[in-house]
Amino acid sequence: MAQIFQPFDPDRLVQIVSAHADLEGPLLPVLHAVQASFGFVPGEAVPIIAGALNLTRAEVHGVVSFYHDFRSEPAGAHVLRLCRAEACQAAGGDALAGHVERSLGVAIGGTTADGAVTLEAVYCLGLCASGPAAMLDGQPLARLDPDRLDAVIDGLAR
Amino acid sequence: MSGRVFVPGDAAAVAVGADAVAAALCAEAARLGRAVEIVRNGSRGAFALETLVEVETAEGRIGYGPVEAADVTGLVAAGLFDGGEHPKRLGRPEALPFFARQTRLTFARCGIIDPQSMADYRARGGGKGLERALSLGRAGVVDAIARSGLRGRGGAGFPAAIKWKTVADAGDGPKYVVANADEGDSGTFADRMLMEGDPFLLIEGMAIAGFAVGAAKGFVYIRSEYPHAVAAMRRAAETAAREGLIGPDAPHPFDLEIRVGAGAYVCGEETALLDSLEGRRGQVRPKPPLPAHKGLFGRPTVVNNVLTLAAAAHILADGAEAYAALGHGRSRGTMPIQLAGNITNGGLFEAPFGLTLGELVDDIGGGPFTGKPARAVQVGGPLGAYFPRSLFDTPFDYEAFAARDGLIGHGGVVVFDETVDMARQARFALEFCAIESCGKCTPCRLGAVRGVETIDAIRAGRERQANLTLLADLCETLKFGSLCALGGFTPYPVMSAVKHFPGDFDATPKTPAEEAS
Ligand SMILES: Cc1cc2nc3c(=O)[nH]c(=O)nc-3n(C[C@H](O)[C@H](O)[C@H](O)COP(=O)(O)O)c2cc1C
Ligand code: SF4
Repeated sequence: MAQIFQPFDPDRLVQIVSAHADLEGPLLPVLHAVQASFGFVPGEAVPIIAGALNLTRAEVHGVVSFYHDFRSEPAGAHVLRLCRAEACQAAGGDALAGHVERSLGVAIGGTTADGAVTLEAVYCLGLCASGPAAMLDGQPLARLDPDRLDAVIDGLAR
Repeated sequence: MSGRVFVPGDAAAVAVGADAVAAALCAEAARLGRAVEIVRNGSRGAFALETLVEVETAEGRIGYGPVEAADVTGLVAAGLFDGGEHPKRLGRPEALPFFARQTRLTFARCGIIDPQSMADYRARGGGKGLERALSLGRAGVVDAIARSGLRGRGGAGFPAAIKWKTVADAGDGPKYVVANADEGDSGTFADRMLMEGDPFLLIEGMAIAGFAVGAAKGFVYIRSEYPHAVAAMRRAAETAAREGLIGPDAPHPFDLEIRVGAGAYVCGEETALLDSLEGRRGQVRPKPPLPAHKGLFGRPTVVNNVLTLAAAAHILADGAEAYAALGHGRSRGTMPIQLAGNITNGGLFEAPFGLTLGELVDDIGGGPFTGKPARAVQVGGPLGAYFPRSLFDTPFDYEAFAARDGLIGHGGVVVFDETVDMARQARFALEFCAIESCGKCTPCRLGAVRGVETIDAIRAGRERQANLTLLADLCETLKFGSLCALGGFTPYPVMSAVKHFPGDFDATPKTPAEEAS
């Protein structure tokens, strides 16, 4: 199922930040919550978060850019994260990755032209005895082969 | 009897359709008017059998697997709810050779109990470790852990008791216990399985560590790639606080928070993890100071792997001597080994240290599922060496692997068959180092990129000898010029590939696309 996000809203952002303000080391939980609401961490959010948590903009920006998970741009309607780590390589992951890139017409790291699917690499999902594995919109998929993955992708509401 | 039916809720079972199997079983039960209770247990860890459905019968639990949703109608017609005959009936799971050969201590309950039921947990001995700890007193706990010989399961194998004693002796004031659940090594999933299948054991282990060192607050730092484990731990932490295992009114008052990483392999390194918890870029801190002296928010902190903390709980419950009696050399107790990659019987195999790599891969694992022989095995994650068949006699033990320029790390064993191109694997090791580098050290940040280019040149046949020398030099620089093992150990997979599989660096190997055509 496609993930539904709300448009960026500064008031909602302030609510999110204050809900986490009492935590020890609140920045990562805040950024996760921001991304869960808006689908990404909008540039406008950075100064607001920085102000509320008593950090500099550079510090917040530095954290957002350090971690692979945080996006500065919205992703496609669906996010397919294909495991590209060793255990899945051993189980046929390279061939599967090539197949998906061809069938979606997009390289890993890109989004299809219609904005339907963002294809990403992930390094391990902990499904290493059932590879090749992937995660689609947070749902784990394992023992994949080209046919099974094609069927999953074809089943997506575009 | 209103039998319980077990359908694993473990992410690896869900990934092959366990939710649909559970829904189909519910629908069949409703259609037949049978009162069945579906329990979402953890996985027992034989992933080729997932979805492994089990039913309670007069002769004990009977398993069926691997079950697909489409099989359910036929299975139920064959009498699944009463343990009836069917080609997919496996009998008692404990009797299957894969399980019968194991010594399950850390994973004794995983896959068996309802992971979110404190009653199930306590009925199978849960909670006894903490009780015993409270009766032994703080020093007594550290002493018991020392006698058990328990070493850290996160990779380095550092004695757990020494770390705990350092934090215990670090004066008064706030201290922390941090469970490292970043489990980034490819080929490993034991932390994930435990958090999903027996979360209270980790919580109990953390409470014991908190009691022993005088910490009232704990964090579990779980990688974001594990949403099921995050949800399981959050629910279990709430239950544990409500039921008095932890919380302000527990015998040892202990507050527990579950935190989520953000996709950075290096955050598994303990000091990078602490920076990440504090809300910063996950960069490695120079040591000293050790986290045991100055850790989270500058306070004395125990950072242990999930399996280390879980083992502490059952060691206290069952006795340090019984644990120390198992094992091999200086590696005492059991290790939850994870058989992964191209392997027939992949999964979680907990056994005393000392099995050989060959026994694990060929005998227990059944070799590659492609039916071809295993050619290379990477043990210990992306920073671990690749071993050829000629090293299959190496016993699974920290020192034995180190003596052969390898490491056991967190216990992941990734098997490759004879189609593997080892130059490509060496290239990947360097590429991974470049992608995941925290950026502090130049050799790691830039040298790894240079290494990728060098391997490309070798594979293209350009100045092969000179470039192989350059690669070895680069690896030396990485080894000695890196602050942490990400840069420092990347030479293991690279140089082991060069050493044991030199032929793969000769001619230009084919790409998979060329091979397919
Ligand atoms: C790059 C890197 C990644 C690591 N990843 C993990 C990890 O995912 N889980 C873990 O427990 N330890 C990991 N470690 C080891 C930790 O730094 C630390 O030694 C461990 O958490 C200590 O716990 P233990 O003594 O119980 O093993 C990693 C180390 C390095 C250098
Ligand atoms: S070796 Fe790499 S990951 Fe480790 S501290 Fe240096 S730059 Fe960071």
